[in-house]
Formats: sequence, structure tokens, C-alpha cells
Amino acid sequence: MTNSPLTPGLAAARLPADTILAGFANYDPALQPHEAAVAADRCYFCYDAPCVTACPTGIDIPLFIRQIATGTPEAAAETILSSNILGGMCARVCPTETLCEGACVRETAEGKPVEIGRLQRYATDVAMQAPQPFARAAATGKRVAVVGAGPAGLAAAHRLAMLGHDVTIIEARPKPGGLNEFGIAAYKATEQFAAREIDWLLGIGGITLECGKALGRNVTLTDLRDSFDAVFLGIGLGGVNDAGLGPANGVLRDAVDFIAELRQTTDLASLPVGRDVVVIGGGMTAVDAAVQSRLLGAENVTIVYRRGQDRMSASGYEQVHATASGVRIRTNAAPVALHKNGSAAEIEFAYTEDGPAGLQHLAETFRLRADQVLSAIGQRLAVMPDGLVVAGGKLAVTGPGRSALPGVWAGGDCTEAGEDLTVSAVAQGRDAAEDMHIYLMGGENG
Amino acid sequence: MADLRSNFVGIKSPNPFWLASAPPTDKEYNVRRAYEAGWGGVVWKTLGAEGPPVVNVNGPRYGVVHGADRRVLGLNNIELITDRPLEVNLREIKQVKRDWPDRALVISLMVPCEEESWKSILAAIEDTGADGVELNFGCPHGMSERGMGSAVGQVPEYIEMVTRWVKQYSRMPCIVKLTPNITDVRKPAEAAKRGGADAVSLINTINSITSVDLDLFAPEPTIDGKGAHGGYCGPAVKPIALNMVAEIARSAETRGLPISGIGGVTTWRDAAEFLALGAGNVQVCTAAMTYGFKVVQEMISGLGQYLDEKEITLNDLIGRAVPNVTDWQYLNLNYVTKAQIDQDMCIKCGRCYAACEDTSHQAIAMLPGRVFEVKDDECVACNLCVDVCPVEDCITMRELPLGEVDPRTGSKVAAFANWTTHPNNPLAKAAE
Repeated sequence: MTNSPLTPGLAAARLPADTILAGFANYDPALQPHEAAVAADRCYFCYDAPCVTACPTGIDIPLFIRQIATGTPEAAAETILSSNILGGMCARVCPTETLCEGACVRETAEGKPVEIGRLQRYATDVAMQAPQPFARAAATGKRVAVVGAGPAGLAAAHRLAMLGHDVTIIEARPKPGGLNEFGIAAYKATEQFAAREIDWLLGIGGITLECGKALGRNVTLTDLRDSFDAVFLGIGLGGVNDAGLGPANGVLRDAVDFIAELRQTTDLASLPVGRDVVVIGGGMTAVDAAVQSRLLGAENVTIVYRRGQDRMSASGYEQVHATASGVRIRTNAAPVALHKNGSAAEIEFAYTEDGPAGLQHLAETFRLRADQVLSAIGQRLAVMPDGLVVAGGKLAVTGPGRSALPGVWAGGDCTEAGEDLTVSAVAQGRDAAEDMHIYLMGGENG
Repeated sequence: MADLRSNFVGIKSPNPFWLASAPPTDKEYNVRRAYEAGWGGVVWKTLGAEGPPVVNVNGPRYGVVHGADRRVLGLNNIELITDRPLEVNLREIKQVKRDWPDRALVISLMVPCEEESWKSILAAIEDTGADGVELNFGCPHGMSERGMGSAVGQVPEYIEMVTRWVKQYSRMPCIVKLTPNITDVRKPAEAAKRGGADAVSLINTINSITSVDLDLFAPEPTIDGKGAHGGYCGPAVKPIALNMVAEIARSAETRGLPISGIGGVTTWRDAAEFLALGAGNVQVCTAAMTYGFKVVQEMISGLGQYLDEKEITLNDLIGRAVPNVTDWQYLNLNYVTKAQIDQDMCIKCGRCYAACEDTSHQAIAMLPGRVFEVKDDECVACNLCVDVCPVEDCITMRELPLGEVDPRTGSKVAAFANWTTHPNNPLAKAAE
């Protein structure tokens, strides 16, 4: 029997396999050389450019765009990568409309910024055809442990290796990449981009990757401090917040798990998805889960967010992308109960009002049919290594990622400085690495 | 709409837009299409003497300078005069002129500098019905190596001599096309006038190498690994052409000599500028070669609208800016302006700041919040900020009225005075 979007309950292969593949492949295609030339020509080469200020990694954007315009995308890529070694992934996942492109003076002038993200992808795609371009400094004999092979850990490891240190990355999951590999919508990083980027990055040498090894389970922070000269923690947020809807009942699932499974599935048509999918949350994860549910063939997908649309952390671009993909966005509604009557499940929401006194649930409620409820209401620290200080549920750091313990740095989503952005994690990993270098070479820090 | 009918040295055309003698006017097929598109006139591609036709290279003839989005800013060519048999050209000219009597049709000529050659070619074109002749003393490549084209245009005595022959052996209006590859364009213009020319047309193309192939290490266009200089034209040459037109228009020796303006005319606005500087009509080539013949329709509508808005006639426009072209020494040194930045229009790119701070007079302050402000006490009104600002009219120049203190000099703006009376000028005449 063939499934369709109308098949009740959870079902795989709601759409033909090639339709699913095409849906996932057809997002934001790469610029062709002529398009890149035209796009690059729009850059005004601003003085002390606002786009650079807006970029967490401070990429010299006017310079790299000029290098594209003059036919040297390889040089452009080196400009990008010297600030952001994961510039290829960032070109795909950065919410550019709130960062570089939001600051672009042509956004001010015409409401149409220079396409910085797509140009960055153009240059970095060229660069990834060749080995990563950075050389290692003379060996320092220092050994550094990096915990977590996500964006922060990878950026730290690459910079440390470049500076001449020997790096060991330990990663709890069976493969590296962190959110790049497990957490970002598949259509944003097609053709195994995350894995390819890591292979390319590791090409610098001096980095040993040990997957399947978790802090707290296989090794302690004390062990690492004893065996290495310094430690960087880029452990992300492994735990998920509870939607408070009681037992899952086979209907409720964490959106993070759903996306991770999807990212690791080679045959997307084999992945079951509900006919009526409800996603709870207002961030990028909610959008990624919702859009991918639609691409898998769910008939009705609704994102429900408890506050107003202006408070959603998913960017405007992402919201438009979701609605254009057939996702409905409902706001000012909070989940209160899951109802299951036989095979028909429903989720009940209370209308809400966001006022000076905080979020109030109103008496009136409504229900949505839901074969599948994906909860995307934020993540939290899963492991708390001994001796570290927590602030706001995350690791407290000062300056360039210094933790409360000497010789231990942290960066990315696990710290209070984390912004739930790949590009911020890269910046923090890189800056921590530079600070660790000073410490390792006998400077005053740490 | 304004009446655009033009009468240039007795040659009538429905508008002042002619196609210049060049590849687009090499044969009947093109010229008919040009007329159908609306061109007021055509100068047929240069005819040579009877005999074996010239030959062209069989590799690339054109080189290019691109602007943004591969916009053609400059074009260079190494094509020679027509390579089709003389009798074919003559037959086609006659046919076209008979079918399009209201359009101007001028024949461009280039034959060796011998009286017999000119006498003979003029006799050959006598019964084509063409409206006039244009003497090609301008092409700077190929033919000039054989003593024709710009080789003639660079020697005023030859220009005068040949023009005299042409006026002697032909009743047609004679336009002398000048080369810009010369230090003072007034000299050849004066020679043409002395020879009896009815008009001059300028500019022909400029000696140029548009680019170098950095793999072959050869100039472009490259012919089997070698390149020769070509003739440069298109929007890039317009400023050079405007100046040369103005020099002839305002010179005491050549004032009143009709001018056909050529050089980078791409839009109605370019055409209007040539006309204002004294050209009686304009000739176009590169714009047509880039966009096709249809571009003339924008020129017609644009010039018509402009004349209507100004409430002037075509003749009122011709030469209207000439009295305002002067020498530097006569410019008012007491005219003081200051740049001012419209903060509402500013998009905060900072290009004005970079330009002024790095390369000019450090007269723009960058304040917190990327606010850019002109320092009146440093601003010399060079205009560089205005020129580099990407937003039109965001930075403008404010004229300081008489009596206002210039914060840069601390002096009040005084009445008109120029270099000729300036105290620093050793040759100054005493002020009245």
C-alpha cells in the first residue's frame, strides 16, 4: 500500500522518494560565476564597514567581495577562512538578515543588501576544492584537549593546531560536527557538507579526533586537566527542556532528536512523519523541524509559539521560508495538554497574553489534531563538570572564554556567552584558542 | 513633443541622431534597419578607392573595457574601412537613399592623398543621391600606416589640401572628420575651415590597447599571439570628445564652424551635452553596437522631453553652454562652497570619509554612530566626497554668499576676482 500525505498517523514515504530528494536539494542554490560577479559589484567597499562589525567572527567582508569581483575567489576564501574556518557552513546557516546583511548600507539605501551570505558560499565552495590553506606553526610541544567536535570545538582545535599545538578532540557522538552534523536542517547543508567541511578542516594536521568518548561518562575534566596542558570545552547543550505535557504517548518527541535522526538517515523516504504535525517553539529548530516535516510529506504542519510573532527567535527570513513551505505559524498559544482518544491525538493550547506581568494563560483554549508533536522549546546543559561555575544555566566565562578553573576555557552554546549561532560559537572557539596560546606559551593569562 | 528636425549644413534629417561611419553602416541591410528603428541619418562606412578591396583580420576585431555587470564602457577596434567592392556599396547607397529620401545619408571617404584619387572617388559617388561626404581623416589603425586616415588628420596642411580638392570637385556638403590623436584639435579644425569644409565631425577613435591577456602576454584583441593598437570609443571617451568639441566651438578661429559631435553618445543626455557644447548634431556608434539600433528611440523621446521641459528649441540648445566654457585663469577664485551631508539621506557607507581622510583634506569627521559631518574649517570644496558618494544628492555643495566668513580662511567671501588680478600672480594686472 502506498502512503500519501493523507495517510493517518505516523507514516514513511508519504511522497515519492525523488520528490522528497528534490525538496531537500532545492534550497538556496549556489551562485553561478556571473551571478557572483553581479552580486559582488554591488558592494560599496564601505569604510570600517558595518557588515564587518555585525559579523561575530569579524570577517573582512568588503575585502573578500572585492576579491570575488576581481576574479580571485581563492583569495576571497582565505580572507573569510582566516577569520572563520567554518565560513562555508556559516554561509549556509547564518541568519545574515540579522547580521551582516542586516547592517549592509544597501539595506538602508534600497532594502536590498549585498548578498553577503551567498557570496561567502561562492568563495568558500571554491576553496573547498583544494586543501585547507593554512600551515601549522613550529610545534610547541603543548597538548590541548578539546571537548566537543561542534563549531566551537572545531574552530578552537583548528586555531590551536595552526599555532603549533597538538590537539585531541573528544566527541560523545559517533561522528563530529555537533549541530552542523546533527542539528541543522538537511536542506541547508546538502551533499554531506558538514562532514566534508570537517575532513577539509582536519587537513591542517595535528588534530586527533576521538569519537564516542563523552565527558562525565568516559573521562572527567580532572583526567583531562591532568593529561593535557589546557582544555577547551565546547560541549553544547545536550539536554532538552521539557514541554510539561506528561508522558510522550508515542506522539510527543523532541525536535532535536527528530532532526538528528533525519540528518543521519540516508533514505529520507524511510522516515516516518505524521499527517498532522504540531511543532512547539519559536526558534530556528522549530522552523527546521516544521519545514522538514512538510518536505517529508506531512499534510498539515503548524508551528505554535507561546508569545507574539515579534518575539520568535527564528529570523524573519526563516519564518517566510516556513510559511512558503506550507507551514502555518500560530502565536500567543501555549500547550497545556495532550489528548489521545484511540488513534486520534490532539494537543490543547491555551491562548496567551504577553503583558508587563509576564506571559498569562487565558481561560480559553483550542485543540489541534496531532499525530506528531515536536517540542523545540530550548536546550540546556546536559553535563556539569566539577569545579565550574554556572550562570543562567550555562557555564560562566570571562573574557575570551576563560572558565573558573585555570587552564580550562569554554565556548559556544554551553557558555553564558553562547548565542545559539554557529558563527558565534566559531568566534568564541577561535578567540579562546588565541587566549590559550598566550597561556600555553607562558603569557599572563589563564 | 518638441520638434527634433535637424538641418546640418543643409542636410536635413528628422532628428539630430546619426549613425557614425562604422561597422553598423557598412551595408544596405543594416542601414535599412537603422532607418526603420528611427535613426535620423547615417554616415555610410568609409569607402576606399576603386580596385581590390581592403582586407580585414580574421581574428577578433574588438576589444572591450567592462564596467559593472559587463556593461560596455569602452570599445576598441582594428577593423579597416569597408572591405566590400566599391560598386556594391554605391549601388546599395543609391537604392537606400531612393527608398528613404527623408533620412540623411552621408558617405565617408578615404583614398590616398592624391588629387586624382579624390577626384575619381567623388565622380564615382556623384549620382548616388547621397546628401554629403565625410572625409575620414581619423581612423588611427591600419589605414594610417598607409598614409591615410589619422596620418592625414595629424597634418593640418594635408587636411586643408584634401578638403580644397573635395570642394573643388564636388558640390556636396563636406564634413571633415578629425582625429583626437593630436595635441591641439583646433589646428586641424582650422585647416579644414581654411580648405572650405562645411563642417567638422569629431572625435574619431583614440589610439588604445584595451587590455593585456595575462596568459598570452599580448594586447587584446589578440591575433595569433600579437596585437596592434586599435581605436577606442564608447562612453569612456565622451569627456575627451566633449572637450575637443568645446575647444573648436569657442575658438575665435573656428567659431561658427558647424560640428557633428561624436564620442560615447549613449543616451539623450549625452547627446544634449554635445549639442550644448556646440555640436549641431551627434553621431553614434558604440551604443548601437552594444544595444542595437533601438536605442535611438530613447534618445528621441528623452531629448524631446528635455526640450519641452526647458521650453526651448533644438536650435536654442545648440551651443548654449559654449559661453560658459572658459580658461582656468578666468574662474572666480572668490567663489566659496562647502560640502554638506544630508543626514537623512546618508546610508553611512563612509566612502566620503575614507576619500577625504586618506586622499584629500581631512575635512570630514566620523562621529559615534557612523555619523559623517563636514568640517567647514578644513573643507576646500574639492567635491571628491560628492563624487564618491553612492547616493545621488546626499552630499551637495553650499555656496557661501558674499560677506559670509569662510571658516577655513577666516575671511569674508569677497566679490568676483580671478587669477589675472590675483596678488600671487606675477603677471597680474592691477585690479580695477
